[in-house]
Amino acid sequence: MKELEYPFDSAYIMKKKKSLKKSLLSDGKMRIKKKIGVLGGSTTADIVRVMELFLLDCGIEPEFWESEYARFWQDGVFGNEELESFKPDIIYIHTSLRNLNFMPEPGMAAQQVDEGFNSELERFRQLWDSIEKRYGCPVIQNNFELPYYRLMGNSEATYPFGRVNFVTRLNLAFYSEAQKRSGFYINDINWLSSAYGLERWSAPEYWYMYKYSLDLNAIPELAFQVSSIIKSVFGKNKKALALDLDNTMWGGIVGDDGPENLEIGQETGTAQAYYEFQQYVKAYKKIGVLLTVCSKNEEENALAGLSHPEGAVTPEDFTVIKANWLPKDKNISDIARELNILPEAVVFCDDNPAEREIVRAQVEGVAVPEIGEVTDYIRVLDRSGFFEVTSLSEDDLKRNEMYKANIARANSMAKFESYEDYLLSLEMTAEIQPFKPLYIQRITQLTNKSNQFNLTTKRYTQSEMEEISRSNQYITLYGKLTDKFGDNGVVSVVIGKKNGDTLNIDLWLMSCRVLKRDMELAMLDSLVEAAAKQGISRLVGVYIPTAKNKMVKDFYPDVLGFSSVSEDSQGVTVWELDITGYENKNKVIKVN
Amino acid sequence: MNAKEIYERLESVFREVFDDEDITLSPTTTAADIEDWDSIEHITLISAVEDEFKMRFTMGEVSGMKNVGEMADIIMERGK
Repeated sequence: MKELEYPFDSAYIMKKKKSLKKSLLSDGKMRIKKKIGVLGGSTTADIVRVMELFLLDCGIEPEFWESEYARFWQDGVFGNEELESFKPDIIYIHTSLRNLNFMPEPGMAAQQVDEGFNSELERFRQLWDSIEKRYGCPVIQNNFELPYYRLMGNSEATYPFGRVNFVTRLNLAFYSEAQKRSGFYINDINWLSSAYGLERWSAPEYWYMYKYSLDLNAIPELAFQVSSIIKSVFGKNKKALALDLDNTMWGGIVGDDGPENLEIGQETGTAQAYYEFQQYVKAYKKIGVLLTVCSKNEEENALAGLSHPEGAVTPEDFTVIKANWLPKDKNISDIARELNILPEAVVFCDDNPAEREIVRAQVEGVAVPEIGEVTDYIRVLDRSGFFEVTSLSEDDLKRNEMYKANIARANSMAKFESYEDYLLSLEMTAEIQPFKPLYIQRITQLTNKSNQFNLTTKRYTQSEMEEISRSNQYITLYGKLTDKFGDNGVVSVVIGKKNGDTLNIDLWLMSCRVLKRDMELAMLDSLVEAAAKQGISRLVGVYIPTAKNKMVKDFYPDVLGFSSVSEDSQGVTVWELDITGYENKNKVIKVN
Repeated sequence: MNAKEIYERLESVFREVFDDEDITLSPTTTAADIEDWDSIEHITLISAVEDEFKMRFTMGEVSGMKNVGEMADIIMERGK
């Protein structure tokens, strides 16, 4: 419904809520039903009613349950029978600055501010934890808008006891929580209120009169944004962009003006505006949106325009290109069919109102934003919430976790007196054992990709590894390291071949992720122990130089205390260690 | 802006907000006379009237208004 698409008239929506709802409910469209629990820290009545309109408009028929006035915390933490039997599919927590119990004051001691900060954060964490336990559904949580007045002026942002500083800090803590929790989404009212105008957003009369935490006319903006998250969570996002070309992707008509005369690039202001739009559109590929072209043009001309050297896009960025003289509604339907998606998953962008009108009228459900002038394109497309991201792929998330754990380790390092203190604080435990079938694949993989911390750079197939692990001619060890931040998995591999009372170390490698953790010492301890049990009295290690393994050139003498045996002209060095009376070297990792 | 014009415009706002074309207003009309006029709709109504007449009621006026007549009087006063 056009009245409910961005950019919308908020006052109109507020006034016409009743009749808008009536016409949405009578349009005969199929909708999925969803139950939405709304936990409010202030009045939510109109927020819920406007949200209902936006959700109905995007194919979701909501049923709402609202907490009693400002009971968000109690209902979440102590439970509420009504809400429990309602069985929400999603919970929205509508809180604002008005719900903070603590606010710093000028001159307050840093410790006191920290205490206030921790207790606020803890209060919300407790809320989220019990909602997860009690209701087990996704949660949408507002962050906080900035205070609309500043007693100390700009210093409110810089001092720890400044309110702008405090709120910003709390918001950052909320985002970290969001990164850690699954099915937990931040509704960014901090951004929205600034886009709307913080002073207007915070108009205090609505708080004093009706206990609304925001301007009445900002309610549609808020409800729209929450609805975007909800529709994304329930799989109602759009999937593809269908773009017109002339005067949408560049200034001018490529067929008439020729590609060389198009306005695109850096030459003029208009050219820059189109360029920025092309950049914006291209970036959608990174969040998995399919780009397509729907243009009335000779295909040859369309491709020439898309190949413009000053442009940001190339023809290869587009999955489907429809450049022909067929009606656009036909092309949009064809694009949807070729991509195997529904027409309602397509967003059509065209500067020409007549084309927009025909597509809107002919293709059921397709989104056709009123994109305005070229300087409006990005804002309109962006604010429409067509492609709201609520989850990224498994791989991305995993990578993030690993980086996060590394950052946490680096941070904690700063706090210790000695490096050994730091290592002890990591509470490392290692599993160091002969090869096991369970890990053979990982052992092989690590062996064949390790280049830097690798003494001999020998490569093995998986079946060779399996054979070695079964043979009694070899001593094998893998090392798996866990610390308080997480499991690093198998990070080190050693293979030794027995020759009488000597063990020749064929392979010694370690992942660089665990450098400087004394894992190598723990490996040596275990190797010596295993060797001694089999009657070995001497270890012999070889270093074979490659372009990449210089870091372990002096590993045997400097780190493990081996003595030199020989060195050849290629730089291959041989080292030995008498293990009679060997004393364990590792003091920081608990093994097995 | 005369009283007749104000009442006509108020009537159309009321009809839009309550989605009811049969509403007619008099100076003595109160919330009790219109079925859906509850505290929640009251907020919508005040805001829609402000939007229609491009003016704002003060907090005191919002809580003090007893009927449509008083609302029209304030609008008339502001329009002077």
